[in-house]
Amino acid sequence: MSDAKKFMFVNRKAPYGTIYALESLEVVLITAAFDQDVSLAFLDDGVYQLKKGQQTKGIETKNFSPAYRALEDYDVEKLYVEKEAMDARGLTEEDFIVDVTVLSRAEMGKLMDEQDVVLSF
Amino acid sequence: MLHIINQSPLNSSTLDTCLNTASGGDILLIEDAVYAATKGNAAEAKLRAANGKFKVHVLMPDLEARGLGDRMMDGISAVDYGGFVELVANSKNCQSWL
Amino acid sequence: MPNIEVAGKSYETDEEGYLVNLADWNTDVANYMAQTENITMTDQHWEVVNFLREYFEEYQIAPAVRVLTKAIGKKLGAEKGNSEYLYGLFPYGPGKQACKIAGLPKPTGCI
Repeated sequence: MSDAKKFMFVNRKAPYGTIYALESLEVVLITAAFDQDVSLAFLDDGVYQLKKGQQTKGIETKNFSPAYRALEDYDVEKLYVEKEAMDARGLTEEDFIVDVTVLSRAEMGKLMDEQDVVLSF
Repeated sequence: MLHIINQSPLNSSTLDTCLNTASGGDILLIEDAVYAATKGNAAEAKLRAANGKFKVHVLMPDLEARGLGDRMMDGISAVDYGGFVELVANSKNCQSWL
Repeated sequence: MPNIEVAGKSYETDEEGYLVNLADWNTDVANYMAQTENITMTDQHWEVVNFLREYFEEYQIAPAVRVLTKAIGKKLGAEKGNSEYLYGLFPYGPGKQACKIAGLPKPTGCI
């Protein structure tokens, strides 16, 4: 683990409207196989990816939100949500399908700065 | 006229432009635009202010898919796919904003 | 897409032989898939296959081998949660082979 790089995945898109959220999740699961230090950041509409209670039967699309709960099995345990984004959408920590750390925009920026690799979705 | 919007209000200026440009009629929010009609969203006030000038509808399957079926703001009409078709059929013309 | 015929019924599979529709799965299909992989199903095999189906039901993903191994260890005990045991049952990869038999897609993160 000593030569592990710090990877951050920045998620800024709502699920289902575009393919970005699902693509990001798949890349995260693949990256997890390489024993890197992985963080997930949820900014802007990306916070909607973690909303509890998604029911996609009506739009005939796969509901991939349960997979966020499997991230723990993949040793991906650093999930960060931007507070400002959460507030602007009327959401609270209780709305999320997994436990997250809520950070201010400034704190998020600092964390981003500390990464070796940042991938944006 | 029916205005169909499919972009999230916090990620795109489409809803703003529609509200500022269109002279009235129906607005149907689909796909990521349904977030605009949820309680506590920053766009809620704008939509509320537009509510007399426009009649606002939300496509429920899209809202439910996003886990917000129980968060719809007041004063909005919920429609299913049948309602979507009816809105289009009953409108003189229709614009799908991009 | 290629189809397979099992007990007089036709099922859609992808080019690698994975079942396309999860809901099509049944034990006949599982046994057929196992046969194509040269595996004779035993209780130990079924235990892993059923575990995978439950995992998918819960998380909507087929776990990577490393994750599967760990999760099996947690649920069925350390003597089963190791690669030696799982590769003994599914020599060409517990992820690939067991997922195919379980009617799941190829595991995400399976390289």
